[in-house]
Amino acid sequence: MKNFAYINAASEKAAIESMSDKALALAGGTNLLNLLKEYVLAPEALVNIKGIAGLNAIESFEGGLKIGANVTLSELLDHAEVRGRYPALHQALYDIGTPQIRNMSTLGGNLCARPHCWYYRYEYFDCKKRGGQGCAAIAGDNEFHAIFATDGPCVMIHPSSAGPALVVYGAKVKIAGPGGSRDAGIEEFFTLPAAAVARENVLKPNELVTHVLLPPPNGKSATYEVRHKESHDWPLAMASVALTMAGETAQEARICLGAVAPVPWRAAAAEAALKGKVVNETTAGEAAQKAAEGAKPLSGNKYKVQLVRTAVKRAILAAATGRRV
Amino acid sequence: MKLHVKTTINGEEFEFLCEPRESLLEVLRDRLGLTGSKEGCNNGNCGACNVILDGRLVNSCLVFAAEAAGRAITTIEGIQGPEGLHPLQEKFLEHAALQCGICTPGFIVAAKALLDRNPDPSEAEVRLWLAGNLCRCTGYDKIVRAVLEAAKSTAVVMEK
Repeated sequence: MKNFAYINAASEKAAIESMSDKALALAGGTNLLNLLKEYVLAPEALVNIKGIAGLNAIESFEGGLKIGANVTLSELLDHAEVRGRYPALHQALYDIGTPQIRNMSTLGGNLCARPHCWYYRYEYFDCKKRGGQGCAAIAGDNEFHAIFATDGPCVMIHPSSAGPALVVYGAKVKIAGPGGSRDAGIEEFFTLPAAAVARENVLKPNELVTHVLLPPPNGKSATYEVRHKESHDWPLAMASVALTMAGETAQEARICLGAVAPVPWRAAAAEAALKGKVVNETTAGEAAQKAAEGAKPLSGNKYKVQLVRTAVKRAILAAATGRRV
Repeated sequence: MKLHVKTTINGEEFEFLCEPRESLLEVLRDRLGLTGSKEGCNNGNCGACNVILDGRLVNSCLVFAAEAAGRAITTIEGIQGPEGLHPLQEKFLEHAALQCGICTPGFIVAAKALLDRNPDPSEAEVRLWLAGNLCRCTGYDKIVRAVLEAAKSTAVVMEK
């Protein structure tokens, strides 16, 4: 690891003044330290934001929750209201990493984590995200890469497992910068590689995610994740679903996919297919078919198309019944 | 420039100088001589470097030593009590829950963090909690059994 200056920021303002494209924020570190060790990133300074007051709390806010960016995944999992009112988020967090990783990783870090594409992570391969000319994943081993938005300059999958759940709840991200604070809708927060290949979200180098704002949940919700191993693994495909129910009918449906696109991928056609329908095996299956429409898999990941259908169907049924399927 | 860090390790106060890039694991092993914590993968997969930091189990290879300032750390060297081995250590020996031994400190620290949080875990809870620890020798069954037995024996001690 290249050495760097270590800056402890005591306030949001101090952090923002210290941050730049050469001075990166350090929160849980589980993502960042490995990027530094592998020389993917070599900043001149790290700005430790864990000491900033006010970013470590989960508070009630307009009937929902205001979650500080430094709250760890373990703290969220232990929080009664997250478990009881936001099951799609709780289930998404439950399967992230290991107990150790969840003890260190923060919600802000989960949203801002850099991709785990092995070509991005290995300095000897060409990667546009690292300033190169080509993308080694397109002709290379791409079994874990995107199946949606694969015509762009980068076929990474976004690493955030919390992202799809936050999308179906309509969360907002509070961002602090030199000009003050602003709220961005969670879907506007994440950006496609076609917009700017070097980054995955709207943050400028001197901007900081300070909070996630969760509105009150409006119905039933669940997340379903498909993976190789039951323990410690990345998802191959996942779906978060939120349903506003009238009896057994879905008045509204929000469905978002994870681990299949460079951003949390909203499945609008699946939402439309489910809207106004009685939720059962058949209608959930029909919506799941729609969720996979538009997929353009790469040479090695056609299997993910079926995993998307499976994840969506099971997430819909889990949301409607309140049981894990 | 070196950083001056004051911290508490296994109840004892420590001071050290380190570079910003040094991990807590590197300082424990190379500067403080606490070599019980092991380096396996050095990226957060294997759990051989586990320590308890302010009551939370963490991978010390993913924590900068600078972040230890003002905090309390328990390493494998601090698990044993004044009266001898911790029940976890005794049960690991009794059940032969190790072969080569390099993963053992990490497993024992992780299991200690589990029992501190949940003194009577089910087998499923033990297996889920130990998902962040890799052992390439034992096949895990003996480890899980040792942790469950240690939980029972600590419960008996507490009843007395």
